[in-house]
Amino acid sequence: MDFILSLLGTLPGAVAQGLVWGIMAIGVYITYKILDIADLTVDGSMVTGAAVCAMLTINGVNIWLAMLIATLVGMIAGLLTGVFHTALGIPAILSGILTQLILWSVNLKIMGKANQALPARDYPVIVTQLEKGKSILMLVLITAAVIGVLYWFFGTEIGASLRATGNNPGMSRAQGINTEWNKILGLMISNGIVALSGALLTQYLGLADINMGRGAIVIGLASVIIGGALFGKFCRNFAYRLACVALGGIVYYIVYQLVVFIGLDTDLLKMLSAIVVAVFLGVPHLKAKLMSGKKKKEAENHA
Amino acid sequence: MLELRNVSKTFNAGTVNEKLALDHIDLTLNDGDFVTVIGGNGAGKSTMLNAIAGVWKPDTGSIVIDGVDVTNMPEYKRAAFLGRVFQDPMLGTAADMEIGENLALAARRGRKRTLHWNHSQAEYDVYREQLTDLGLGLEDRMSSKVGLLSGGQRQAVTLLMATLRHPQLLLLDEHTAALDPATAEKVMNLTDSIVTGTHLTALMVTHNMQNAITYGNRLIMMSAGKIILDIAGEEKKRLTIEDLLRKFRELGGAQMPTDRMILG
Repeated sequence: MDFILSLLGTLPGAVAQGLVWGIMAIGVYITYKILDIADLTVDGSMVTGAAVCAMLTINGVNIWLAMLIATLVGMIAGLLTGVFHTALGIPAILSGILTQLILWSVNLKIMGKANQALPARDYPVIVTQLEKGKSILMLVLITAAVIGVLYWFFGTEIGASLRATGNNPGMSRAQGINTEWNKILGLMISNGIVALSGALLTQYLGLADINMGRGAIVIGLASVIIGGALFGKFCRNFAYRLACVALGGIVYYIVYQLVVFIGLDTDLLKMLSAIVVAVFLGVPHLKAKLMSGKKKKEAENHA
Repeated sequence: MLELRNVSKTFNAGTVNEKLALDHIDLTLNDGDFVTVIGGNGAGKSTMLNAIAGVWKPDTGSIVIDGVDVTNMPEYKRAAFLGRVFQDPMLGTAADMEIGENLALAARRGRKRTLHWNHSQAEYDVYREQLTDLGLGLEDRMSSKVGLLSGGQRQAVTLLMATLRHPQLLLLDEHTAALDPATAEKVMNLTDSIVTGTHLTALMVTHNMQNAITYGNRLIMMSAGKIILDIAGEEKKRLTIEDLLRKFRELGGAQMPTDRMILG
């Protein structure tokens, strides 16, 4: 009983962190699902968002303005990856890795050291683990706002052309869509959202750390996949689909807390996350392979 | 309407796979010309269409559409002049987007895309009428994903998309080749009624010699990257499959038409 009660006690924290990572996962969704690009920039841009927000807040900038600037700086990171990929013709994955490495240095320079404390008692942060209930409410509102803005944007002429770019680039060009620019734009929006989630995470934890984004892409992908697998049936509409991704982030963090709670070595968590993503991405592929193999055999039997 | 001057293209230059795909092509299309293009495999038919569409830049020569030199214009900008339908029905539409959304994308070809909503209700009413004209029952499926449609339906939607905004030039690249015979005929009839009905200038590559003869007012035959035959008007109307076969035979064995070209 005590076990269950104390487990439930960790739930609000898991939900709050899950909401932050859910916003990050929405950013990943834009590149991974809409643009069909696996963008590794996010491991760096998340920390950039955290570092910019922390340093500005410490230097007396309004917290909302600090978050806005963090988002814009994240968009610049996306712009860089986009230019590497489109103007210089570097494969998307490598472009992301290059920017990620650049950001490692940039993030250290922004903070001046490997980590920076942002204690909630000293600064006017809007989310903090000291007030989980209030933080959850704030994070739900921010998530809803992000989903609302994205729903509107992807319904506009430019947004629709961006969806078409990811879906069928050749057709898009034939319909007069500048696919190169759209890829850059998508990467910018995605990394802006990821940086925003970094800015929220640093407030929640009261800390910005150079390592806090390591493996972020995998957590983001895991959230996208979990959200799709668990709630996909209810998510036909685009806004609902984004909400599913956010829910995926929450589920991820609840499972994470559970695993921590039952005493598993936390050093293994990143490995487990990666394995979960590999399994979820691999199973449909193997299934398809198995099915076509079966069909072949059936055909042979009939012959 | 369209002018190709001295257009050449070599693929894989400097390697063992070097291939002269277009060999100093000169071609002028007049306003309202409906030109069918035939030729053996590797004759340069699709390559010529891709050169016009701007998939890549030709090595030499210039391309002028409606008085505008588009030789150095990127593919997406040239799209303002062109309607295109591809051989593979999958290539012309965005599978994960709705039929209506696809049409709305096409309706904005050559226009600046803004932050206005992607489509209006009034627009959808117009599309519904146009889909009704296709006679495939698609007018009631405006919000269906295009990926759910059959190849023939997708090709019909692509054709509608290509002509939704009157193109200066319509490029059809064997657009019925991947369809079953009945559907191919349906799409071909549809193509003819749209092209002649709205006085489009069109360039249609086909493997089907009968179609090449039946449709259009002008026929060109290509071989080894050159235009070797250009027949128009009354002379084209008298043309038979035998005439074309004879022409192919004169070219020698390498250019013999396949069964598919004769049988359609």
